Amino acid sequence: MAELFLNNKFKGEVDDPKRFVSSVIEERRKGNIPLNVNVCYDEESDTVYVDGTKGRVVRPLIVVKNGKPALTDKHIQQLQKGEVVWDDLLKQGVIEYLDAAEEENTLIAFFEDELTPEHTHLELHPIALVGLTTALVPYGNYCHSTKLAIGGKNQKQAIGFYAANFSVRMDMDVNLLQTPQVPVVATIMHEISSYKEHPSGQNIVVAVMGYMGYNIEDAVVINQGSIDRGFARSTYFRPAVAEELRYAGGLTDDICIPDKDIKGYKSEVDYRYLEEEGIIYPEARVGEGDVIIGKTSPPRFLSSMDEYNLASNVRRESSVALKHGEEGIVDFILITENGEGNKLVQVRLRDSRIPEIGDKFTSRHGQKGVVGAILTQSDMPFTASGIVPDLIFSPHGIPSRMTISHLIELVGAKLGAMAGRYIDGTTFAAEDEADLRKELNSLGFRENGTETMYNGQTGEQMQAKVFVGNMYYLKLKHMVANKIHSRARGPIQLLTRQPTEGRAKEGGLRLGEMEKDTFVAHGASLLLKERFDSDKTIVPVCEECGIIAVYNEFKNKSYCPICGDNVEINNVEISYAFKLMLDEFKSLGVYPKMVLESKY
Amino acid sequence: MEDLFKSYEGKIPDSLLEKVKEHLPPKIDRKKAEEILERVYQEFTNACVDPGESVGLIAAESIGEQGTQMTLNTFHYAGVAEMNVTVGLPRLIEILDGRKNISTPMMEIYLAAPYNKGKDIKQIALSIKENKLKDIASEFSINVAELIVEVALDEQKVNAIGIDMAKVKKAVEKALKDFNIKTKDNIISIRSSKDDGLNELYKLKEKIKEIHISGIKDVYQVLPVRRGDEFIIITAGSNLKAAFDNEYVDPIRTTTNNVCEVSDVLGIEAARQSIINEVFKVIENQGLNIDKRHMMIVADMMCNSGSIKGVTRYGVVSQKASVLAKASFETPIKHIISAALVGEEDKLNSVVENVMLNQAVPVGTGLPGLITKIKK
Repeated sequence: MAELFLNNKFKGEVDDPKRFVSSVIEERRKGNIPLNVNVCYDEESDTVYVDGTKGRVVRPLIVVKNGKPALTDKHIQQLQKGEVVWDDLLKQGVIEYLDAAEEENTLIAFFEDELTPEHTHLELHPIALVGLTTALVPYGNYCHSTKLAIGGKNQKQAIGFYAANFSVRMDMDVNLLQTPQVPVVATIMHEISSYKEHPSGQNIVVAVMGYMGYNIEDAVVINQGSIDRGFARSTYFRPAVAEELRYAGGLTDDICIPDKDIKGYKSEVDYRYLEEEGIIYPEARVGEGDVIIGKTSPPRFLSSMDEYNLASNVRRESSVALKHGEEGIVDFILITENGEGNKLVQVRLRDSRIPEIGDKFTSRHGQKGVVGAILTQSDMPFTASGIVPDLIFSPHGIPSRMTISHLIELVGAKLGAMAGRYIDGTTFAAEDEADLRKELNSLGFRENGTETMYNGQTGEQMQAKVFVGNMYYLKLKHMVANKIHSRARGPIQLLTRQPTEGRAKEGGLRLGEMEKDTFVAHGASLLLKERFDSDKTIVPVCEECGIIAVYNEFKNKSYCPICGDNVEINNVEISYAFKLMLDEFKSLGVYPKMVLESKY
Repeated sequence: MEDLFKSYEGKIPDSLLEKVKEHLPPKIDRKKAEEILERVYQEFTNACVDPGESVGLIAAESIGEQGTQMTLNTFHYAGVAEMNVTVGLPRLIEILDGRKNISTPMMEIYLAAPYNKGKDIKQIALSIKENKLKDIASEFSINVAELIVEVALDEQKVNAIGIDMAKVKKAVEKALKDFNIKTKDNIISIRSSKDDGLNELYKLKEKIKEIHISGIKDVYQVLPVRRGDEFIIITAGSNLKAAFDNEYVDPIRTTTNNVCEVSDVLGIEAARQSIINEVFKVIENQGLNIDKRHMMIVADMMCNSGSIKGVTRYGVVSQKASVLAKASFETPIKHIISAALVGEEDKLNSVVENVMLNQAVPVGTGLPGLITKIKK
């Protein structure tokens, strides 16, 4: 007697659990029970679980009976002719979906020739074991599993040809690779996912060597010549959006060139690109502060509007302008209406992104790195046959990370390029590495992929043979142009008078608690004070009551709001944050009295 | 010659002076001796920390930076006789917090001669281990009719720890006052002299299981190991005071890893040294290298009030003179309110307060002031 749970609720008991389970499976294969129902018998707790709930991860497997897969050649022929589809195979009980629980009761063969009478299922393909992006890594069975996962993750960040209709789309923050290529070493997942229609990398020549120390710590050296020929050039698109909002009292925003008498009017220069309807013209090259869409809004506080107060009766400026450090070319303009019937203007900006020092590149094996140097083609090393690598990768990235697949791809793609064919690098079902070497050898190359190289700057032959080959490299979306930031002076926060935070607000870089400690540890006390005086203020303090006094600029005189005029008041330099804290103490009903000491 | 040494008193610490005296060759002329002393003086002053050096912060950073690299998990080796000991960061936190109850108290019992030679080491170790009544009993039962608790003792187990029934009875009698205790064969029956109900009886049954019979209280595991050419006993569970009463134990070298216990039994100076040793053990265990003087200053801070203060807001931080410094650590509102209630004054004498006010902190270059004579 085993307990039976249906959808995690106790339903009753079954006498012969094993027979029960097998009959449920049988009925499911016949189609009498929904396909998403899974059944599992846990011998240890003597419980049967029948589960048809949502949210379980299930995966398809080929059913095996008596050591023979239910999927026969006949099915495959029918599939090829288009006579049956996937769902038909499911209905016929040839393929079924198992969840984690039911999988416990199965014995799944990896390859068809491994099948024995004990086996219950067969993998559709060994690659079904891993996810989509992981399956895109070639020779994944020669790679450390964590690196494989990283390699898959990196591909999601790669710049590519993300959508064929990109020219009419208004995507937020997208990148487009200008000359994408299909990988020479591919897997069947590239075929399945139609990778050819949206590739995201380029086949380049990679040399595995150090070069003048510019590729230490995972950096890579790239060839200026390759960039000139279009390597990793991409375009960055970002839209600016403006909407004519409606306000209470029938007032609306107005997309136009703002009048000069408007509150907050920038300057004539800023509006110079605007056409009559207040929208910038296409192909205008804009920079920091330039207005893209001119817009005015009604006065802010209508209820408190004073008829005699002209200042409050004026419309205010609310144009969309480029923020600090932004630039680009106006690419595409869209004028439409939104769901509420308001006029909506979207302007897409385009900016080209040529590889520069600090841009991030990766192979498909989790071997990411940033550009450490860009050398002219003449300064790059070259092989005996005159091949100049597009990228130099440091060999120190290999031993600890154990990404052998990276090296095999390098050999594989080299062969693919020389033999003029694509190489199948599908995980667990790839072309044999030994065969690759043999064929490479027959094409006149050294079978281990190394070649004699010469120093590009001196022309000297290098003592060691260098491992050179082709690889599919990806440019990742993290580019310095979108991240570079520095500040000497700039905007401050209203409340604390300390510098603002973040690149978008032109903020300062925080010197935090631990950084402060380093100054203290060095005994650099006065330097520390100087570093922290971004919010210093001079406040008059009443000697009598120790509270911050008031300075009257017209009379050039300070007085204490408590003790009056006839007290001694001295100016003290403190941080504004401290002044704020004293104010907060006062609001709590705590009296913070400052006792001043003689400076001398 | 004596006057020469006298002139260096106060310039060189006494212990150093003593050492120089000891190592000087018996026949040495005054000039040479003076030169030696001068060189020692120079070396000593060079080794001294400069005034205004922020030693506390440097100690904190030196320990803290390495602490980030510590592995959190303990490693166990299958089949090796060892005890489960808290190590790494949790242990470091435990020591520096000054916890009264540490997670794995341990003693290293050094034995007095001749017991340390390894003869009967197993017996000695077993006699140190605490035996409770439940360890030697085979059954605890309640006689509902007569309202008595009956304990059936396992004779084998009783004999194994080297005591007899009479001693067990004595120990039970000592632990339970106001109870009627009878022994018959190997059964001890306990009856309350008060008119207790059945519930009390169940409570009693659980209580008597924990009665201490023999060995050192709280020591629940013993492990004799060889160290050098003698045997010592490592125990899980610590009771230094009771261990010192034992004739086998060498009270001079025997230690515990419970710092607070050291403080209670041996005093604060011993506790200070114990903190240093325990922290050093953790650091050594992790393969890190931190100068002992950093730990010394931390230990000094923890012990200078006469009792152990942990590096927490209740311990060392609460000793700070500055309200602002206390408030900037943890629970600011609590500190500010309690300061406001008594009208506390902050002299702004330390680092944090001055950073808050954007004033020069009184360490390093910010420490010295200018003193000048004013003409009258």
